[in-house]
Amino acid sequence: MFVHIVRKLIGVIPIIFGVALVIFILLNVVGGDPTYQMVGKHATVHQIEELRHEYGFDLPKPVQFVQYLKQIVTFDYGRSYATKQRISDMIVGGIGPTLTLAIPAFILTTFIALCIGLLVAYYRGKWIDKVTVVFCVFGMSLSSLAYILFGQYFFAYKLGWFPISGYESGMLERFQYVAMPILIWVIVSLGYDVRFFRTAILEETNQDYVRTARAKGLTEPRVFFKHVLKNSMVPIVTNIVIEIPLLILGSFLLESFFGIPGLGSITMDAIHNSDFPVIKAMTTLQSLLFIFGNLATDVIYTLVDPRVKLS
Amino acid sequence: MSQAPTTMQTGETILSVRNLVKRFPIKGGIFSREVASVKAVSDISFDIKKGETLGLVGESGCGKSTLGRCILRLIEPTSGQVFFKGQDITKISPTEMRKLRRNMQIIFQDPYASLNPRMTVEDILMEPLEIHGIGTSRRERIERIFKLLDLCGLRREAIARYPHEFSGGQRQRICIARALAVEPEFIVCDEPVSALDVSIQAQIVNLMQDLQKELGLTYLFIAHDLKVVEHISNRVAVMYLGKMAEIADAEELYTSPRHPYTKALLSAIPIPDPSYKKERIILRGDVPSPLNPPSGCYFHPRCPEARENCKTQFPELRDLKQLSETPHRGACHYAE
Repeated sequence: MFVHIVRKLIGVIPIIFGVALVIFILLNVVGGDPTYQMVGKHATVHQIEELRHEYGFDLPKPVQFVQYLKQIVTFDYGRSYATKQRISDMIVGGIGPTLTLAIPAFILTTFIALCIGLLVAYYRGKWIDKVTVVFCVFGMSLSSLAYILFGQYFFAYKLGWFPISGYESGMLERFQYVAMPILIWVIVSLGYDVRFFRTAILEETNQDYVRTARAKGLTEPRVFFKHVLKNSMVPIVTNIVIEIPLLILGSFLLESFFGIPGLGSITMDAIHNSDFPVIKAMTTLQSLLFIFGNLATDVIYTLVDPRVKLS
Repeated sequence: MSQAPTTMQTGETILSVRNLVKRFPIKGGIFSREVASVKAVSDISFDIKKGETLGLVGESGCGKSTLGRCILRLIEPTSGQVFFKGQDITKISPTEMRKLRRNMQIIFQDPYASLNPRMTVEDILMEPLEIHGIGTSRRERIERIFKLLDLCGLRREAIARYPHEFSGGQRQRICIARALAVEPEFIVCDEPVSALDVSIQAQIVNLMQDLQKELGLTYLFIAHDLKVVEHISNRVAVMYLGKMAEIADAEELYTSPRHPYTKALLSAIPIPDPSYKKERIILRGDVPSPLNPPSGCYFHPRCPEARENCKTQFPELRDLKQLSETPHRGACHYAE
């Protein structure tokens, strides 16, 4: 097991290198020279040269790439052009608000979706199943912007149940601000998750070994929980685990609409301001989280499915 | 026409099927109304005696497997009755049916798909023992599992392994062990060897015959391989398009077939002798769609011996001249 994980970790290094190269080419080579934007319309050639030297844009590209690799390893991405803050501090500061929103939303969504998924899969083909599927498609079809605007106008402005937007970092105060975003998050993702869980469970229901289980003389609940559910957990667990690392990045839309100063908002602001170092840091972070999330899924596969051997 | 089964001269009847019908509705239109139906099994009746093997043959799609599953109520039959030891099992509740599964088991065609990939052999064999309350302690059950593995020619180490670690033949041995775990009297063998290699087929068929002798089992052996069926069966039934075409003693059916369909089937058996030249009866056309079966005798569009009244009159299954002690029945106007 340990050897397997170490081997996988070594395999990840070339992937990270490749990803870094792509990000570097996109932002530093193709992306253009950010100095022109920083100095404004009336800068002299001398000012531009000075700034280029200060930020190291006059260095050869390979040297800049090595600097970037060093940034990835040391987790020190320099300072933001816009706020002059250290980016690593910005990231650490943004994680708190992001997770305040993301973790409860994710747990609630997964729990509710699993319950509904189980229910409709058990009563497959009955009216409760059909009605739920219709609601799921309806929920998925509606843009999340619609939910945000409706929630802010109706529940926050008209009824005054929640603050319209904003954030306080107090341990308890923060929750009144994230309550409505959490609710919207759950509603938006429920449709997709329920449909996915339902399909994953039903896929197993039609397998031959389920018929064998019935021929053994098992009761329907036992067939469902012991045979069907155990097997359908493989795709379900994979789907859940792969989402977890990406939670840290937060939700771009919800955070910026509700003024929650998490990583999602930071990224959105950086994009608006062409704040290249922050964009680069967030893109890298997202790629790394995705790679390690996949790795974790691989390892979990070997735990839940005996057919996947560690060798 | 549902008389309760009677004792036959040669042995006690264990299973009687009377006028069994299974229709699968075809739904269509906006409100998914039933627009048509397929009669997969139409009006089948037969008896199986204790300790015998009834072979059931026919082309793909003729309803053999559906019949086998209807008998065990893995598919609910549309109408008709199935008597197991005198009890009409089509009328009993699902709970009673589950209890009865101790006595009636099935071996499925595909040993790859019909075992739960996430259960070890121990789990697979332990589960039926637990739910039917066979054995009291875990130790006693493990002991039984070891005996089952011995019986089916599997090594005892197999107990901790998963199905994917075995070959096709070994997996089918696990399936057989699974069916035998509850000590059933009657087993439906739903094409148990057709997914296997020819060399393995013989092993499995022989194993099943040995088990039958040792445990006094009764088989309904469904297959499309006529040679395998001849080898294992006491009697053979031939199905065509959901109907029984002919049923007789195995030896008699193979040496003196009466129904033109049976004759054609038998003439198609390959003989491993290149110098042997045999008259083949070539059937023209495909099996008609069961959605829209031909009028009169279902077989008449392909029958080399069809006459005018075959197109209009449906031939009932009737007694033909028998050469052995077993009745020979066929559904053909012109069979003797």
